[in-house]
Formats: sequence, structure tokens, C-alpha cells
Amino acid sequence: MNFAVLVFPGSNCDIDCYKAVEQTVGQPVDYVWHTATDLSKYDCIIVPGGFSYGDYLRSGAIARFAPVMAEVAKAAAAGKYVIGICNGFQILTEAGLLPGALRRNTSLKFRCHSSILRVENNKTPFTTQYEVGELIDIPIAHGEGNYYCDEATLAQLKQNNQIVFRYADNPNGSVEDIAGVCNEQGNVVGMMPHPERAVNQLLGSEDGKKMFTSILNAWREQHGAASIG
Amino acid sequence: MFKATVYVTVKQNVLDPQGVAVQGALHSMGFNEVGKVRIGKYMELEVDATNRAEAEERVRQMCEKLLANTVVEDYRFELEG
Amino acid sequence: MAQQVSAKEPTAEQIADQQIYKQFGVSEQEYELICGFLGRQPNYTEIGVFSVMWSEHCAYKNSKPLLRRFPVTGERVLMGPGEGAGIVDIGDNQAVVFKIESHNHPSAVEPYQGAATGVGGIIRDIFSMGARPIASLNSLRFGKLESERAKYLFEHVVSGIAGYGNCIGIPTVGGEVMFDESYEGNPLVNAMCVGLIDHDKIQRGVAKGIGNPVFYVGPATGRDGIHGATFASEELTAETEAKRSAVQVGDPFMEKLVMESTLELINSGIVVGIQDMGAAGLTCSSAEMASKAGNGLELYLDEVPQREPNMTAYEMMLSESQERMLFVVEPKDEAQAREIFERWGVICAKVGKVTDDGRLRLIHQGEVVGDMPVQALVDECPIYNKPSAVPAYYIENEKVDTTRYAEVTDLTGALEKVLASPTVASKEWVYSQYDYMVRTSTAVQPGSDAAVVLVDGTRKGLAMTTDCNGRYVYLDPEVGGRIAVSEAARNIVCSGAEPLAITDNLNFGSPEKPDIFWQMEKSVDGMAEACRELNTPVIGGNVSLYNENRKGAIYPTPVVGMVGLVHDTDHITTQAFKKEGDVILLLGNTQAELGGSEFQYVVHGVTEGRPPQLDLATERTLLQTVLSAIQQGLVASAHDLSDGGLATALAESCISGNVGASVNFTADLRPDFALFSESQSRIVLTSTPENAERLAAYVREQGVPVQQIGTVQGNDLNILVNSKPAIAAPVSQLAKVWKDAIPCLMK
Repeated sequence: MNFAVLVFPGSNCDIDCYKAVEQTVGQPVDYVWHTATDLSKYDCIIVPGGFSYGDYLRSGAIARFAPVMAEVAKAAAAGKYVIGICNGFQILTEAGLLPGALRRNTSLKFRCHSSILRVENNKTPFTTQYEVGELIDIPIAHGEGNYYCDEATLAQLKQNNQIVFRYADNPNGSVEDIAGVCNEQGNVVGMMPHPERAVNQLLGSEDGKKMFTSILNAWREQHGAASIG
Repeated sequence: MFKATVYVTVKQNVLDPQGVAVQGALHSMGFNEVGKVRIGKYMELEVDATNRAEAEERVRQMCEKLLANTVVEDYRFELEG
Repeated sequence: MAQQVSAKEPTAEQIADQQIYKQFGVSEQEYELICGFLGRQPNYTEIGVFSVMWSEHCAYKNSKPLLRRFPVTGERVLMGPGEGAGIVDIGDNQAVVFKIESHNHPSAVEPYQGAATGVGGIIRDIFSMGARPIASLNSLRFGKLESERAKYLFEHVVSGIAGYGNCIGIPTVGGEVMFDESYEGNPLVNAMCVGLIDHDKIQRGVAKGIGNPVFYVGPATGRDGIHGATFASEELTAETEAKRSAVQVGDPFMEKLVMESTLELINSGIVVGIQDMGAAGLTCSSAEMASKAGNGLELYLDEVPQREPNMTAYEMMLSESQERMLFVVEPKDEAQAREIFERWGVICAKVGKVTDDGRLRLIHQGEVVGDMPVQALVDECPIYNKPSAVPAYYIENEKVDTTRYAEVTDLTGALEKVLASPTVASKEWVYSQYDYMVRTSTAVQPGSDAAVVLVDGTRKGLAMTTDCNGRYVYLDPEVGGRIAVSEAARNIVCSGAEPLAITDNLNFGSPEKPDIFWQMEKSVDGMAEACRELNTPVIGGNVSLYNENRKGAIYPTPVVGMVGLVHDTDHITTQAFKKEGDVILLLGNTQAELGGSEFQYVVHGVTEGRPPQLDLATERTLLQTVLSAIQQGLVASAHDLSDGGLATALAESCISGNVGASVNFTADLRPDFALFSESQSRIVLTSTPENAERLAAYVREQGVPVQQIGTVQGNDLNILVNSKPAIAAPVSQLAKVWKDAIPCLMK
């Protein structure tokens, strides 16, 4: 299975995502530059956190027009796995690949700390190894993670089981404590917390490991290979 | 050459935490006459277009595509020249 | 010599006749020297260039004689003071690079940008050496947090540090914040950056190879920050507000691109020399690079990327626009260098060449607009040995008996007061605004004695901390200087690391005042002694003088930034109590030492007397013993006793471990002194019940006084002194007081 970690000018969690793939599933992984125009080689595309284009104008607003994003849209439509973490989540909502938008935290401050999430949907390829209702410790680090969508969209999210994670203790004012959502098909996930920062007990938590192993398993099931984990 | 002045604000029905904070600060300073506060962005663009209608249409597209996120923001603009 | 085409600029004659140089902080005697070096009168650009090169900030003209007293070498030191940052070997062909720098005056007038550009500047110092920055720290001082101005400065300084550090993606892993009216109106903002480098990648700021091209990298130059270096070398006065133009605006996104492209350039192996443009921008970087190679440099100012029209040579040479670098490559490598920056979208322009005549020559619009000997600029600034005098307050304090205070009997109340003091209280409000986890290597997060960052691909880690208690230094600069270094070392050891070296940031008032110069002299002596005894040489640093407010000088605050090596991640230790049943030991002796203590300040409302004494041999033995005990696996938690003494240290360990403790402390002292004295060279250790005997025996064998004082247990902190109840409170209640203090004040 081939992983891509996108690199925009200003991405800064690209290295962490790359390391996490190596450490958790040991699959081939490449950094892919924002100007790339072919992602056909990759089975999973990680849009990492950071401050793409300095977060100027709005978080993710400029990155969403980078050449590589047209390829990400194609990959998503083709059913490949796409995950946006933090700034990556913001980019995916700006690109319209996920519903809603991320506003400034109600505290108006950047917040970095460990956070407990409740798994709401374990049917996505990213969450199959969790139980629904499982509490996992995945840190946050953002200034604009306050998830918003209108009533109609919210009703749809619920109806389609598109809410993937909720905060146990809402840190930013997100609607209905939403920490992560997926698209209708479930192959595109976006979340503000950082699973790649939770793969080593020495650093505080390894509850994020199962996201990576879930992806590999989903891919192996799809491709008739043996599963792990 | 036209000059477009674009205003982007948080939608009326969406919480504007900065606006709330500034409102609170103004109240604590004794400006109790202040009601709701909304904070937005102001942008100036020089636009090269052959006529006003074309300029208007182009700026509208810029707002829709990039300058505002219409999920949470409203925009309006003025054209001069 | 061509006169710049600008109606506003005075001529060389006017500069001389009207003594305009004095506005630049150049004295009459210095002006005469400059004329001598030039063989004529300097023009406006030249006097500007000389004034910044000969400012305290660049030339250390008032502090150099003192800096020479520091030990700067050691078996692990690969590079000492003089380059962008010092470098220390950590084995396996790797080395750690670190430095601290102040941005006090810019932060006083524009706290967000002042702090942000402070962070940006120190990060550039690290990556211009070829190192990958892996962590940032800071050391901050503000007035009393009850003051509106202090709140404003605190809030915006923290948010400026966060804004820059978070965006560029370097974790801000630690630091310290203290509040005292002494810093009212003159906050201290010291930023430190730590990087990692392979030995063979170490760069130097040298302009070598006659004829080699000189390149400018980074955003275009504007008129911002002109005379920042001189600004930093003056007292803050009423006119300071009017100098707002001296504050630069930071762009962390641009710095991220400059950092990545510069590191790529360095890794390509083609760089001859490289230096960042910090204080005094193009002037300082070009003059220093030429000087270190013994060469000259010719700059073609028309080629300098410019953000604003009609910029003069003077403005370009003195601008402190941020995120810029200067480097030299051989002509054959030009294309490769340009390609790298183009790919990253960073401006790169050829602005000059290396010459053999030892002159810094500036060419603008076809004319030579400046021509100065490099050596005069860099090495010939006069060095002053300022007069020094023992201040009256120091003599007065000799007579103060800090044991005369009425006995405090509500000791739980006193503990809560100390825990609620913003200096001691939880700094979560601060560090939760910093991304301290990015790069996924932060093993000990902010809030323990020292932060620990893992060295990827090894079992090693780097412990880092900043430390200084300005009250101690004020009360006795020599002892205070010793304590600053020792306490930093104690923090490093408590995290399981071997102290390696320090970087220092000497923040003082005006050196023109003999009693301030005495403070500088004595505290440097104290620090130097400690560095020698603890084998932690000074590998670089920064001096910030003229830190004064309406009431006079700030407390002398020589901040120590220390880095230590964790030899194996198994040794990583934190202050948090771990398990119920663990045995608590107190190492070191406790005396009635209240001078400069948090208890004295918070409960008795004064800072007076003499600070705690510190014997360096005792300190060294303690540190070696504790580090060895940790490495032997005998220690569960370790916490250094500092502000607020034993009671505070126990409370902090309980709160971080979310568990109680039952303690009976035997001491020949009044209970309030026993619990809140800040006697030095003390550490609280815990160990499992199985290891407790071995640990105590080992410590005793090393000659370190040790007392088993209690057990980790329950949900309350219960402390008896000489078997009599002294403090009893649920840990949850203490935690609330400690955690809520700063958020409450900042609401």
C-alpha cells in the first residue's frame, strides 16, 4: 500500500505524518509536493497540518487551489482514502471535499493539549479497529478548529453517520462537539486532532495508532490481502 | 482600471467570537451604547477590466471562489472607476 | 565620496559641525576615531553603519571585559561564542546548537511583533549554522499581573511567541515567566532556540574566496526597524513610543520557506559562508562575514530587493526587515543555489562580491556611497571599563534579619497564597497557546523542571530549561548568578540529563550607573564560578542593557539557558509523584533562608535581606548523586526545590501526579521557615518502596544529607513539621488555586 503525504508551503506536520506511517504500518510513503499533478500511484493521501500559505486570508483557503488538489479530488471520487488532519481538514472543507467550515476557537486562542475523543463511527476505513463509544486520547493544536455547519447539513451528517469523532470536552466551540467528519462515502475523513502525534507512549499516547492500522486493513481487505492488528 | 473594495463578514447567524470579545471589551470600557459587534475583513483590489459589468462579474467570482468562504462568511463589494 | 541624493540627508560637514553623530549614540571621542579610520569625515550612510556596528548590541562595548570572565571551552564544545550560536557535541557525529537572545525593547512598545520577531531572529541564528531547529524556549518577565499594562504586555507577548513558533512548526517546549513590579514598563522577552546538526554540516559566517558572489535571500527590504540595534542599546523613555517605526513585523510563513530552502542549500554542500541578517541587517552580516575571513566585501545596493521606492543606501544598510540571510558560494554553484530558492518561492539576489582589500564598499546608482575598513567596523570599537560601585541598598540589606517576621501559623493559607502567586502558579494558560508537540519528539512537556526532546533515531534526548531569579541577583548578584546556573543544572539533572553547557542573556539596567555595573560584574563572576564548577561552559549569549523604567533599573536578570543530554530515554524523569506507596526523600539541608523568597514577597510583601547561600562543591555533589541515582533506575520522580520552598515543591509534585502525600519533616526551624525557606541545593526524590533503602543508602554514601520525609498516598497533601500538623488540604483544592490563578487574572 502506498501513502502520500502532501507538502504545501507552510505545512509543518508533514514529517510527523511520514514518521507515523513508517512507525505504525511500515508501508511505503512519499512526500508529494503541492505542484504534483499525478497521484495515481497512491492508495492513501494524507493532507497534513501546519500553516499552509501562512493561513493567510483563511486557513486552507489558498492551499485548496494548489495544483495537487485537483488530483486529491479525483482520488476522492475514485474511492481512494484521503485524510486531512488539522490544517489538512481545513483545506478539505475549503475544497468542498468535506462539509462545513472551521472557525476561530471561541476562546480566540490557539490551544494545544491532549484531548479525549469519542469514536462515533467505526465504519470508515480509518476507524474500523475502534469500538463505537471508545474514548481515545488524541492531542489538539489549533487556533481555528471550531467546526460549523448549518442545521440542514448537520441533520444530513447525522443521518448518514458522517460524524466520526466528538470531543468529550469541547475545546473550541465546535457544533455538537464535532472533532472529525467524513464524506458520504466514508473514504474522505477530516479531523482537527492529530492522530500522528499519538503513536508513541513515550510522547503521551498511542491511541492514534489504530487509525493507521485501520487504513492498512481496509486496503488489504479491498485488495484481498491478509489483515493485521 | 477599476478599484474594488471587498468586505467579508461572518454570516449573521454564525457566531463571531472576535465580535463578542470586542463587544465585551467596549462594554467594560463604558461604551454601553454598543450593541452587536461583527468583525470582518476589508480588501482593496485593482482590477483591469474593459467595462464595469465585466469587472463586477469577475470580482463576484473572486469572492465566491477565494476571498470569502460562503459556508460561514458573507461578502459585498463596491466598484470605483 | 559621493553624497547620497537625498534632500533630507545631512552632509559629512553638517554631521561634524552639528554633532549629528550624537543622535546615533556615537560619542565625540568615537567620532574622532571613526574619522581617523576613514582618513576623512564619514558621510550619513557611513556614520549610520559605524553607529550600529559600534553599538552595545553589536560590539558589546560595555560588557566585553565581563564576558571574557566566562569559561567558554570544554571537551564537548565544538563552537563557542562568536558565531551565530554555540555548538556542543552529543556523540554519534551529532551536536546540539543553541542560543538565547533578547527582544526586550521592541516588546515593550509592540509586544506581539516584538516577541514574534525575537523568536524569528533566534531561529535564524540556529538554522544559519546549518542546524535543524528542534525546540524553542523563552524567559519572560512582566510587572505585577494586577497592572493593566502588565496584563496587556503578557497577553500579547505570549500570543506573539505562539503566533510565530506555531506557524513555523518548531515546538515551544519550555520556559519561565515571573512577575514583579521591578519589570513594570520594561518587560523582558528572551527567546532561545535549540537545533541539531551533524558535525560535517557546521557552517560559518565567512566571506571567503576572492571574487565569490554574495547572495541575499528572503523578502525585500523595507524601511522597517531602522536603527533597531541602537534602539536596543538605549533606555526606554517617553520618546520611545514615537520610535515605533523601530519595531519590525514578522512573517513566520516566509521564515519557514527561508529555513527549508536554506537548510536544503546547506545540505547540498555548496555554501562557502552564511549568516543571518539580524540586528543591523545588511550592515552587520556583511561586515562580520568579511571580517571573519579577513577579506573585504563590495555591495551593489541597486541589486538589493526593495519593498519601497526610492530607498537610500543608508536605509538599505540599516533596515532590519525580517527573515533575510546572506550567503557566499563559488561562481560555479550559482545556478544550483538559485534553483533551490526558486523552487521554494524565495527571493535570491546576487548583491555583491568578496574582495581582497579589507574594505566594505557600497555602490549605489553608479557611485561609491560608502567605503569603510571592515576591521574598524568589527574589531576597533572602543571597549569601556565602566566604573563600578557597591550600591547603598546592598549595604543596607546586610542588616536585615529575615527571621524577624512574625510567625505565620495558617500554613495551608500561606501555601495557597504562594501557589496563587502568578510567578509560582501553573503556566498552562501560557503554554497551551504554544504548539509544544509538533515534530513529535517532545517527551517531557512544559510544566516539569525541564523539557525533554527526543533525538530521532537514537535512544538519546535533550533536556532544556531557562532560569534566573532576579530577586536573588538583586539582593546579592554574585550569589544570585551562582544560583541561576546551579538551578538550571538542577532542573536538567531532575529530568534525567547530564548538563552540557549554557547560553546566557544578561539583562541589566544602564551600565553608565556604577551600581548597575557592579551588579553586572558580580553576577557574571557568580555565573562564571558556577559554570566552572559544574562544567557547563558558556557557548554564546546576548547582552541587553538599559532596561530601565521610571523607577530605575529592573532587577539584574542574567537568564541562563541550559541544555543537557539524556543518555537513554529510560532515564527521563519528571516531577510528578508516580504511585501511592512511593517513598519521599528530601536531599540537602534546610536553613532559615527567606531573603528574596516567594514567601517573603507574597506573605510579607517585601524583597530584602540576603538571598540563600550556595556552596558550589555541595551543589556539584548533589547533582552527580541524583543523576547517577536516576541512571541506576532508583528514582521514580525528581523535583528541584525553588520558588516557594519545600511546601510548594511537594504540592507541585502532588498536583502533577494527581495524588496526595503524607509528610513529616524534621527540622530545627520554625514551621513557616522550614516549609517556605528557599535554601539551595535541595531536591525531592521519590522511589518505589523496594528501592527506597538502596536510594537513601546510595545518597548517604555520596555525602549528601538525606531525610526520608514521607509517602505518596491518598488524595490530600498532609505535612507535619516536627510531628506537628502544619499543612492539610485536598490536592484537588491546591490544584484549583494553582491552576486558576493566571486565567482568573487574565479574564
